[in-house]
Amino acid sequence: MPQAALSGLDEARRDESSLRRFLNGLPGVDQVGVEQRAAGLATRSIKKASKLWALDTAISMVDLTTLEGADTVGTVRSLCAKARRPDPERPETPQVAAVCVYPDLVATAVEALAGTGIGVASVATAFPSGRSNLDVKLADTKLAVESGATEVDMVIDRGAFLSGRYGAVFDEITAVKQACGDAHLKVILETGELVTYDNVRKASWLALLAGADFIKTSTGKVQPAATLPVTHVMLQAVRDWYTATGELRGVKPAGGIRSAKDAIRYLVAVNEVAGEEWLTPKLFRFGASSLLNDLLLQRRTQLDGHYSGPDYVTVN
Amino acid sequence: MSDTRLAVAKTYKLYIGGKFPRSESGRSYPVNDTRGRFLANVAHASRKDVRDAVVAARKAFPGWSGATAYNRGQVLFRVAEVMEGRREQFVADVRAAEGVQQRRAETLVDAAIDRWVYYAGWTDKLSAVLGAANPVAGPYFSFTVPEPTGVVGVFAPQKSSLLGLVSVLAPVLATGCTAVVVTSADRPLPAVTLAEVLATSDVPGGVVNLLTGRAEELAPWLASHADVNALDLTGVEPSARGELARTAADTVKRLVRVPDQEPDWIATPGLERLRPYLEDKTVWHPMGV
Amino acid sequence: MALFDYAPAPENRDIANLKAHYRPFIGGEFVDGNGEPLKTINPANGEVLAEVSTVDGSDIDRAVQAARTAYEKTWRRMPGSERAKYLFRLARLIQERARELAVLETLDNGKPIKESRDVDIPTAAAHFFYHAGWADKLSYAGYGPDPQPLGVAGQVIPWNFPLLMLAWKIAPALACGNTVVLKPAETTPLTALVFGELCQQAGLPPGVVNIVPGAGDVGAALVGHAGVDKVAFTGSTEVGKIIQRQLAGTGKKMTMELGGKAANIVFDDAPLDQAVEGIVNGIFFNQGHVCCAGSRLLVQESIADELLEKLRYRVSTLRLGDPLDKNTDVGAINSAEQLAKIRDLVASGEAEGAERWTSPCPLPEKGFFFAPTVFSGVQASMRIAREEIFGPVLSVLTFRTPQEAVTKANNTPYGLSAGIWTEKGSRILWMTSQLRAGVVWANTFNRFDPTAPFGGYQESGFGREGGRAGLEAYLDV
Repeated sequence: MPQAALSGLDEARRDESSLRRFLNGLPGVDQVGVEQRAAGLATRSIKKASKLWALDTAISMVDLTTLEGADTVGTVRSLCAKARRPDPERPETPQVAAVCVYPDLVATAVEALAGTGIGVASVATAFPSGRSNLDVKLADTKLAVESGATEVDMVIDRGAFLSGRYGAVFDEITAVKQACGDAHLKVILETGELVTYDNVRKASWLALLAGADFIKTSTGKVQPAATLPVTHVMLQAVRDWYTATGELRGVKPAGGIRSAKDAIRYLVAVNEVAGEEWLTPKLFRFGASSLLNDLLLQRRTQLDGHYSGPDYVTVN
Repeated sequence: MSDTRLAVAKTYKLYIGGKFPRSESGRSYPVNDTRGRFLANVAHASRKDVRDAVVAARKAFPGWSGATAYNRGQVLFRVAEVMEGRREQFVADVRAAEGVQQRRAETLVDAAIDRWVYYAGWTDKLSAVLGAANPVAGPYFSFTVPEPTGVVGVFAPQKSSLLGLVSVLAPVLATGCTAVVVTSADRPLPAVTLAEVLATSDVPGGVVNLLTGRAEELAPWLASHADVNALDLTGVEPSARGELARTAADTVKRLVRVPDQEPDWIATPGLERLRPYLEDKTVWHPMGV
Repeated sequence: MALFDYAPAPENRDIANLKAHYRPFIGGEFVDGNGEPLKTINPANGEVLAEVSTVDGSDIDRAVQAARTAYEKTWRRMPGSERAKYLFRLARLIQERARELAVLETLDNGKPIKESRDVDIPTAAAHFFYHAGWADKLSYAGYGPDPQPLGVAGQVIPWNFPLLMLAWKIAPALACGNTVVLKPAETTPLTALVFGELCQQAGLPPGVVNIVPGAGDVGAALVGHAGVDKVAFTGSTEVGKIIQRQLAGTGKKMTMELGGKAANIVFDDAPLDQAVEGIVNGIFFNQGHVCCAGSRLLVQESIADELLEKLRYRVSTLRLGDPLDKNTDVGAINSAEQLAKIRDLVASGEAEGAERWTSPCPLPEKGFFFAPTVFSGVQASMRIAREEIFGPVLSVLTFRTPQEAVTKANNTPYGLSAGIWTEKGSRILWMTSQLRAGVVWANTFNRFDPTAPFGGYQESGFGREGGRAGLEAYLDV
């Protein structure tokens, strides 16, 4: 099958009408079915050693994020300090995967994280709406990359996608991918605006075809942001991509994941829908801000044997 | 310390959107028992309270009508359970409001509780009893299902303060509609106690909105309100119903047929108060390979 | 060892309030039966759970008499609205003691706790809740203005959904004004006997519900009892035929819910990932101990390889093991006897040339377990394509056209259920019109609801349970 599938994928990339044919030929997603499956897996009960492992793994997958108009050099430095030592009293606590900021603050984050191995991710391409022309989006990307970003989180043009101009979306992603150079490209689908799971599947394949290293659910600025069933559909897409090509691509749910309990549910989904190969920060990330503190809180609860409180973990 | 403790008097307010506000008009009026002794001051609902109640009912409609019939049945049954726990209070309220003997008041309260149970059982049977698969002549699958019509304006009976109220309110909820109820004007206290039951028994806020006040004052506003889908004029004077029905015609409201004389409400009802709040929806779909 | 190895998360077995001895429930009391006591075991480890006193002919006489007395003196005379409130009470009592019943069910039956907790027990409560509402509305059910009950119902239920099958039997019977004598399965009597306690807690008049544990001979004596007016049986087609023969000519009303060999039909335009879920749910839910299990997968040839690859991956993620572990997807086979039957049929599949694939999941050392198994290359003539395996074994056949799918699906003496997977609505409806089965699921499988009638065509039985149609079984109409 992979050989046939590969030629199918090459064919899909040939021109706009082939791309359209390919995307429209993807199997549908039954809403009721995928939501039931997600709800069913969410009842998994993770205890003791496996819970501690999951908490540490989740911490190591966090893209610690601040994307506010009010962000300053100071808030970014503070966030970076938190990323380096999430729980100062427990130095064995893993570091997060990356810090995610707007392009103009990348340089600050790069400086603050020098030598740590923690990635610096930057949103780009007229985040969060994506409403600008390609030149501006590429300039945005260039600013991030030249400032030292190791990862770029771009948004797709949802207007183009929803009006069926898949070729335009494809071209934009490939152009941004090129502008990224060595930086990893995460493509934000903004699933809350795509609305249907069929669209999420189509957009996932579109992004993968165009060279996305990661597909990411949301900007965090639109409701609903990440949900379990949407993430199921995207995990299924990267698994199918792997079956077809042998390449491992990543998934990043972002926005709305605030509790350790939620994060563990996502890890269970990663484990059982995509497979355990994806249980690494290289292939799965959480885009989050407040999640980290709950993970730390629950980690303490596990280690101390009694419930902890928010006063015992540091604010960002 | 005195031998006789002074009781804490209750403040009787409206019930809108799951909250207990006073009338926006600031008005209240005294309520007496049947022998003319003062019982309480109750909020005197105004046109603007009607407006707020309709907004609350409309907001609650998607959730309530979209809940599973099973869930709605559980919620209505829960109302009966919580009422049962406050049976003595209801008996006292009904005695004071209607001037009936203890035994009669108990019968009325028990019947009111059982009426919730009765309608709880209807929620998940209406489709089976009123819906149909239509044997259309052609390669189509066709079926018809009843769906709730929307927001219902209810003028509760003036005499039967509790059983009558439950008998006109419960069927609205059983169909999946939401309600704006104007209670008996002179006997509103059992209705306010019922509101407290509703607020603590899983009925989502806004599904039922209870206004204490004068039917003749509020009826024109509900009858003309464009966001109200159906009307039950039971508690309105028969002489005023014709004009209200004409007003309701401007927005093609569904009107429940009501008798001139208020019944005693004891008899078990049939479908007569369910059907008016239901729309039949017919669906066609081709059959082929 | 897996990277993310879920630690054991067992439900606390103490919640089951397991007792050393259980006794028959007759005339509102727990009494010693005169039958040979039986030991009920936990199929997950072979340990004895409890000793259960069983009934003999004289006890059945007593139970039927108690039911008759309750019928004549109280139950049939009671207003429907009062009967309704008893049923509502039973529904609430099941909800209140749900976790206890779930754990007990899992111990006795071997099914995963997540299924007893999330499916069996809540659905059982829902059946009582639903039928409670009918008790005072029977004149709206379409059987005439004042339909009457039949009398005493003798009911025999299987071991695959012990409490749920009890609910399917008792709730409509009581709602319609009948009284019952129910025999739970020999290997799973415990939740039925705890249900006797619920009847006591509900203040149900003595004799309205009687529970008589025992083996097949007890069932035969019960359904053949002269004092029984109505017989309801759920179980194998083989036993169903014996009962139907036994009662032939007596005029007793019967309902039979028997075996099945359901086709689950997947077209090339199906929502594939959800179809895979549906296939897995269809055959591995409750270890495949489901009369309506989707045991024959009919897949359109053009997607067969892709679907099978996805299916095998998905099945390999199923977690088999301790039924009390909240993360277990596939529990224990209910009995050694059933396990032997499954092994025999699987051996026949291999011998007849089908290609066997079995999930590589580890099997516990103790207890009765069978790893999820998928046979491909199955021909319609093979035993695994024709006989009900009643275990976690799927037979995969292929088809090319919708008509061929229908022909293959209908090519069985059974006719309980079927599944269709396609995004095309008109095809779903055409297929449903062609399939000879009592329940057809489209883009889903194994859905049960008290409002939806369930039952089979042909040798899968007759009569329906649930919904308006299900009331007919317990009314003299």
